[in-house]
Amino acid sequence: MALNQQKITFRHWVRSGEPFIWLNAAAVTISVLAVVGLLLLLAVRGFGHFWPSNIMEAEYRFPGTQSSRIIGERVSSENVPLEQILNSGMSAEIDSTEPFIRRTLIKRGNRDVTGLDFAWVLDDYLSDIRYPEKLVSIERREWGHFYGYLKAVKEDGQSLNVADDSALWALFEQRIDRALTLHQEIEAIEKGAIASINYGLERLRLRERSLELNQVVSHGQLAIEQDNIAAERAVLDGEYAVLQSRLHDLYTQFRRDSFVAETMSGQEVDLDIAMVVQAHRPNAMHVGKKLVVYAKNFWAFLTEDPREANTEGGIFPAIFGTVMMVLLMSVMVTPFGVIAAIYLREYAKQGIMTRVVRIAVNNLAGVPSIVYGVFGLGFFIYFLGAEMDKLFFEAALPAPTFGTPGLLWASLTLALLTLPVVIVSTEEGLSRIPKALREGSLALGATKAETLWRVVLPMASPAMMTGLILAVARAAGEVAPLMLVGVVKLAPSLPVDGNYPYMHLDQQFMHLGFHIFDVGFQSPNVEAARPLVYATALLLVIIIALLNFSAVALRNHLRERYKALEM
Amino acid sequence: MNDTQVNLVSTNAKPSILTDRMSGWRLAKDNLTNVTITSGGFAVLVAILLIFFYLFYEIMPLFSAADMEQQQQYQLTQIDSQETLFLAMEEQAEVALLLNDSAEAFFFDAKSGEKRDLVTLPFLGNVASFALNSQQNPLFALGNQRGEVLLAKPVYKVSYPNDKRLITPVIEYPYGKEMITLSDQPLQSLAVRDSESQLLLVAVADGGLVGHRFIKEEDFLSDEVTLQQQNLLLPKLDIQANWLMIGPDQRWLYVFDRQGQYRLIDLDKMQLSDSGQLIDSGDVSTIQFLLGGISVMVADSQGSVSQWFVVRQEGQPPRFEKIRRFQSSDAAIDTLVVEHRRKGFLTINNNNQLDIFYTTSARQLLSEPMGNASLTDIAISPRANALLSRDDTGQFTYWRLENKHPEVSWRALWQKVWYESYSEPDYIWQSSASNNDFEAKYSFTPLVFGTLKAAFYAMLIATPLAICGAIYTAYFMTPSIRRKVKPLIELMEALPTVILGFLAGLWLAPFIERNLPGFFSVFLMMPVGVLMCAYLWSKVPSSIRHKVPDGFHAVLLVPVVIAITWASFASSEPLEALFFAGDMRSWLTHDMGISFDQRNALVVGVAMGFAVIPTIFSITEDAIFSVPKSLSYGSLALGATPWQTLVGVVIPTASPGIFSALMIGMGRAVGETMIVLMATGNTPIMDVNIFEGMRTLAANIAVEIGETEVDSSHFRVLFLAAFVLFLFTFVVNTAAEIVRQRLRKKYGSL
Repeated sequence: MALNQQKITFRHWVRSGEPFIWLNAAAVTISVLAVVGLLLLLAVRGFGHFWPSNIMEAEYRFPGTQSSRIIGERVSSENVPLEQILNSGMSAEIDSTEPFIRRTLIKRGNRDVTGLDFAWVLDDYLSDIRYPEKLVSIERREWGHFYGYLKAVKEDGQSLNVADDSALWALFEQRIDRALTLHQEIEAIEKGAIASINYGLERLRLRERSLELNQVVSHGQLAIEQDNIAAERAVLDGEYAVLQSRLHDLYTQFRRDSFVAETMSGQEVDLDIAMVVQAHRPNAMHVGKKLVVYAKNFWAFLTEDPREANTEGGIFPAIFGTVMMVLLMSVMVTPFGVIAAIYLREYAKQGIMTRVVRIAVNNLAGVPSIVYGVFGLGFFIYFLGAEMDKLFFEAALPAPTFGTPGLLWASLTLALLTLPVVIVSTEEGLSRIPKALREGSLALGATKAETLWRVVLPMASPAMMTGLILAVARAAGEVAPLMLVGVVKLAPSLPVDGNYPYMHLDQQFMHLGFHIFDVGFQSPNVEAARPLVYATALLLVIIIALLNFSAVALRNHLRERYKALEM
Repeated sequence: MNDTQVNLVSTNAKPSILTDRMSGWRLAKDNLTNVTITSGGFAVLVAILLIFFYLFYEIMPLFSAADMEQQQQYQLTQIDSQETLFLAMEEQAEVALLLNDSAEAFFFDAKSGEKRDLVTLPFLGNVASFALNSQQNPLFALGNQRGEVLLAKPVYKVSYPNDKRLITPVIEYPYGKEMITLSDQPLQSLAVRDSESQLLLVAVADGGLVGHRFIKEEDFLSDEVTLQQQNLLLPKLDIQANWLMIGPDQRWLYVFDRQGQYRLIDLDKMQLSDSGQLIDSGDVSTIQFLLGGISVMVADSQGSVSQWFVVRQEGQPPRFEKIRRFQSSDAAIDTLVVEHRRKGFLTINNNNQLDIFYTTSARQLLSEPMGNASLTDIAISPRANALLSRDDTGQFTYWRLENKHPEVSWRALWQKVWYESYSEPDYIWQSSASNNDFEAKYSFTPLVFGTLKAAFYAMLIATPLAICGAIYTAYFMTPSIRRKVKPLIELMEALPTVILGFLAGLWLAPFIERNLPGFFSVFLMMPVGVLMCAYLWSKVPSSIRHKVPDGFHAVLLVPVVIAITWASFASSEPLEALFFAGDMRSWLTHDMGISFDQRNALVVGVAMGFAVIPTIFSITEDAIFSVPKSLSYGSLALGATPWQTLVGVVIPTASPGIFSALMIGMGRAVGETMIVLMATGNTPIMDVNIFEGMRTLAANIAVEIGETEVDSSHFRVLFLAAFVLFLFTFVVNTAAEIVRQRLRKKYGSL
């Protein structure tokens, strides 16, 4: 045998079919590596975003121009054909003879000073690269990052005297902390108290309007009601005035401090400390400290609101919106899906009809999601929603309440979309339950309903869970239909808050998947937003992978359980 | 099977002993559950059906005919309507205007005939000719026997006293109440065309053309407009000018005679540009501009209407060409009226029959006999929801008209349509534009083409990888690895397409653009490299080879695949420098003449292929794995190699399953939205070029439905697109499902 194999010729080898087996194996390898590679790509880019990387300082001397200082973070490097660079209108004075030239993308920040916060530089003309410890990276609420040297801290426009650099830095950090505390206080008032006053005023307006529309109320009663409304409004207005003056004071204090910093061109700029989110000197930080900052950044990403047209800050509203939508969808899809499956499997008369229905349900899972979106828009929003508005929310008209995309309709559309998943999965679970169990229960005198409740459903529950988890995973990643029925790029408030009725089903919401689409493709500053999109995508993948793996685990568990029974 | 048995013991057939033991409460609960589940289950299934019917319900109005209904009839007593020059209604179809040849403008309530206002125009002499600027800007010109012209315009002022709409009609004279002198001869035919900067008046006087251009000069202090008159040197005419018309761009002057001869005069060069014959036989009965003033509608005594416009082709002089023809009967057409907002028109013929047509969709929407008295005049309201007609007895009739979606027809959706300003018929999807008299062009052909193109490239990449992978996984792979590979592929299926789309658009597209040669060399090198390694492996001493268990090929190949991929991309730059002058992209565009978009079909193919692979993979793997082992054992026992067994026995048995996997994968590729939306430029072009983008049906819906008006034609057309997608995937999936069930039955017997 061994001898024979030693003598295998190329022709024999081909005829044995061995090469084809290898090619088939390569297909598996490629597919698997593609998945792994994709996940790795997301992980590296996504997780890398939060790392406080070092800031480079270098001299840049492009042929034919003055040498200048450049400060910023290195983002990426690539080789470009020289021809392409020459064609793109850059001066022809590049003295390279190589066909390719290496260039680096530098994030130099300071959009308010330089206009563009990203710049390509040709590596050949960079010299004297250094990483001075005093370089500061400041994250701001507006205009993106600032890179440069801290020169002075000012209070009410007057420079404060400090002994040395480290004292200056300490003072700077202390003033930032103070501003952040004030900012939190202001946020709490604006987003909490004032928002709920505005909400109250809006509700009063609606009450007044519905009184006007209501023909039945007598004049006397109408007058009393209107007086009540006026009184309540006066109370709210009073509260508002108090808050307003408090806010005014806070803002004055908030804007007290500023600092002076030197940009890469040597220019000194005066900036508000109020605008600072955080400041570091990454070149002076050791790995441990960087890890702390990393964790803080990551936490902020998960818990904060987005800033600057979604290109900075966190994605909390998107996470919250996704979770809310998925929860609502689950509440709707589970009972209906399970009932439909039980009906199909246990109650309906098996025959041609059930077979046709089963195929139809199965196929609905393959219908493009955008079709569901179109249906949701037409039927739920423009038909059902508009009718509901006419019946229940007449006072708000012509502004639609439910006749416009919103959380309720999005969840309902996705519930419809995932219904086949739940039905198919539950049915599968039901069909796996040995008939002997049902017969045993019935033989002991249980009614059909009791058999269902006590025997069949508990045993099928893992299958239902699997169906639900798969439905949730599908719903969490679905974007196309949501674009039509309720997601927005930036929702002013969360769909759940402290104002009656606490849950605002008519509101539009943010969604992780749509966030990726919007920030990646419709953002004014794609370069700045890119790392954030990777991080968001990574988060979404992790959520969906977890959901899927738990569904797989549940399914395996279920199979194990009935293996014993089938014996 | 087991279900029927369960049903036998259901409550319907309960034995009597049991009934006694069951308390009423338990029975009631059982019945309640029964009713709840049956009704609930039924409701859910009906709700699913609802999708189908709702989509159908939304698109039905697209194909329904127009409908009209007589509402009011009255006589006008305060004006002589015998010789009506112009009959029109305002926006709300509330007030109508009648202009007669005594130069009296009579405004009246369109529904009752009640007088609103009577204005006698400051016109001197007898009306010899009348010309209307356009339906949208109804400036009209009246010419007299002395060669003078008066310009006037009806204006409807809308106010809301006491929250009720009040329309006050007035006549305005934007060029003064003085008559403008064009000639000293009677003006026989007249044409007027007004624009922002100038006014053109052309008339026939004494058998020749006279034309004047009035350039408007606005005094920027007082905002007063002064006119500067210029005489036009128009060429001599060799036909009788029964109709004179000027296009809205003031470039073309059209001259027609009753026998159907036409002369096209270029007003920029002041020379004859084209001439010819409109109809073969009979007489021309009336000629009108269609909305936009590009097309000329010619009605004749043989009952046909033809549409003509000037066609410009590169390198050729402009030609006046016949585009399409409409005919409802042989009776001579008396009147032709065009719609104000759309490219539709209506005609009345000798037999007193009203026909409504739409030009680009080539539809006849209505054909209705209008009673015995013959109609002399008819007006359509700007919103095309009302008609006002006058018959020869002086009776006025107000009709409600319903004609919502004339521009859509099956033919316009799928076939080439010759649109205005195009040099030839073409498939065009262009649903909106910035200007007012834009005509929406709804051709599904480029969208369906784009959909199939995207699906084709996706399948091209996915099919070999998924099917080969599935074959290996199901038939050769060791169970321990198989258990790890399957969840990974399932995870691949669950990856949100928005992430794939985003990676395709923002990472893959620029990556491919930078590494084009490397990318293509991967395709070439991968099979070659793998085969080479496999051959080398067979040369490895068997002592080493036998240490690796069977079914580990895929693991062995991991470093090989990584190395080949790396090597291909690393060699991208040298290859580019060597063969493509340093830049393959510009080599493609400049040397090969292939246009290159960064987000193109190749990117979509890779990204969507990635999305489709798991679908095809899972179903194929299932099909192959469930081929009974006894079959392959038999084959192996007869001396066939594993590969021969696979090709000769397993794959033929599993082929229906593989087919259904491909169908379902195709269905998924066709309906995928986000990847295409993000990874292509979304331009609705028809080009098989792999380096150009496309727009698919699904992406088109996502892009456009947010901007449409509810229940407009565009809205319903998008629903139709959704319906087409729905039907397509439903049919494909059903076919696949039936094939799969057959397969299952076949295995059952083995």
